[in-house]
Amino acid sequence: MEFASNITLAALFQQILVGLSRTTILFIVASGLSLVLGVLRIPNVAHGSLYMIGAFLAYAIATLFGGGPSGFWIALFLAPIGVAMISFIIERGLFCHLYEREHLMLLLFTFAFTLVFGDLVKLVWGSDYRSLSAPVFLQGAFSIFDFPFPRYNLFLLIIGPLVALGLWFLTNKTKIGKIARAAAVDREMVGAIGINVSWVFAAVFVIGCFLAGLGGALVAPTQNITQGMDHAIIIEAFLIVIIGGLGNIWGALLGALIFGLTDSIGILLLPQFAIVFPYMAVIIVLVFRPKGLLKSTW
Amino acid sequence: MILFKALFSKKSAIISILLLVLLLLLPQFLPRFYTYLFAMIFAICLLATSLNMVLGFGGMFQFHHTVFYGFGAYAFALFVTKSGLPLWIGYVIAPFCSALLGLVLGLITVRLTKLYFGMLQLSLGSLVWAITYRWYSFTGGDDGIHGIPIPDLIGSSTGAYYFNLIVTAACLLLMYIIVNSPFGRTFQGIRDNPERCEAVGVNVQKQQLVGQIIAAFFAGVAGTLFVTVEGSVFPDLMFWTFSLEILIMCLLGGWFIFMGPALGAAIIIMLRTFVGIYTEYWTLILGIVLMLLIFFLPEGVLGLFLKKAVPAEKREG
Repeated sequence: MEFASNITLAALFQQILVGLSRTTILFIVASGLSLVLGVLRIPNVAHGSLYMIGAFLAYAIATLFGGGPSGFWIALFLAPIGVAMISFIIERGLFCHLYEREHLMLLLFTFAFTLVFGDLVKLVWGSDYRSLSAPVFLQGAFSIFDFPFPRYNLFLLIIGPLVALGLWFLTNKTKIGKIARAAAVDREMVGAIGINVSWVFAAVFVIGCFLAGLGGALVAPTQNITQGMDHAIIIEAFLIVIIGGLGNIWGALLGALIFGLTDSIGILLLPQFAIVFPYMAVIIVLVFRPKGLLKSTW
Repeated sequence: MILFKALFSKKSAIISILLLVLLLLLPQFLPRFYTYLFAMIFAICLLATSLNMVLGFGGMFQFHHTVFYGFGAYAFALFVTKSGLPLWIGYVIAPFCSALLGLVLGLITVRLTKLYFGMLQLSLGSLVWAITYRWYSFTGGDDGIHGIPIPDLIGSSTGAYYFNLIVTAACLLLMYIIVNSPFGRTFQGIRDNPERCEAVGVNVQKQQLVGQIIAAFFAGVAGTLFVTVEGSVFPDLMFWTFSLEILIMCLLGGWFIFMGPALGAAIIIMLRTFVGIYTEYWTLILGIVLMLLIFFLPEGVLGLFLKKAVPAEKREG
């Protein structure tokens, strides 16, 4: 057993940085899920599919624009918007008729989208691996303590806090954010004041799915874009939302941090079963705080 | 006999016995492929019914039920291939392994309710899947274990058919008795109003934990039946999408009716087999079927049928 034999301080530091950039992606995806769950009470299983579609769209758009640096930036900009548009159509067309149903039906309904999207992606892009390369100045690596640290990860480390700040601003400082938070607590009351709750829900759903698409577009240069990436991320996002507290954005950030760091440090300790560590963290958190670390909205 | 009368209405008893006799005769007329298919359907019927015991009758959001199914199948497969002890011991032990997993996961999950419970179960079940998927030296990783030796008596397609039919029928009967026992009634009370049950003095969490263990046990039995038919196990058995497919079966058949999920399972497996001949995009079709179902048939096929056939006051709640 090579348990813990290959840990040096520098390797640990590097793994933490890698974990933090992984946290960024997890946070962006999980916060979208958390938002939808908190306000609309939909456990959106299709969130992972939208993340996958975001990645594939980013690939397709970048290829369309010749695959150069400008292609990457346009893809990063357009892919989440494309995902948001898809989500807008399914929300207005289908979901908005089902809000009165029980959670189980809503969950199964989003699962139906997982099934459909999974096959649609296979129809459109086939089942091969795809990859997207970042612009040249984000390629390569810095060296930190003689260990290479990819520039793109640094880019992610900058994006993450920006998204968190943006979300905080949106939910706390803008009118729609305040309405959405009120609707999360008491939707009848908000409706009684004369606000069209249905459209508030649509807006929240689209923003949540936009975040899934953004996560997918951001992750595209760091890994193979492939079938099945939807199934992996959604479970992680669920876990993060549970640790953080349903519907709490900061909880999602905290959960993503715990998940990302335990995962990346776990790789040092026990490479084959690194996945066990984040789950252990979740179990420990839940033994002490069954409803998550931070206050949930419901 | 009094117990029997209390449990079964005359009509449902006659229908069940007729169905059983019909199924017992069926392999004489069926081609081999269909015997195999039916044997598989029996296993999935048992799985779906065991899920429905906690879902439809207990109101628990059991989102990751197949983890118990897969765990039972793996326990059985590993026992058969690694221990060298008689086969029947494996059939006995595997369901208890599943029940044990039900206990362990349940201890963590029943502290939460509804959606929290379901999401946490989904996540923890995925952990079991991930470990199975990675542990090459023990579980065979993503290849799984193939060529598990099952003696011809129960391993041939006709043998598997009869074995699965009998075990499934026995388990369904057992579950039916459980659902209608005082335990099952309490369970339904919790489904309809957990606060009141708590106030009346029912230990809701303990009840749900026991319910989960029982359901996990029967899921484990279904797992061993799967191995009997298929002779192999692989990690996909406990992947979370499969769990939600079982949920779809319960929904399709109607989850407030005992036999609903079994019917749903039969329909879905048949559909998958026959649609799969024509197209590789089976999940696309399943997704669309599911959407239509939720919009137009939320009570399920059997629910709709009973609504049409039996007047409302005669049906039980």
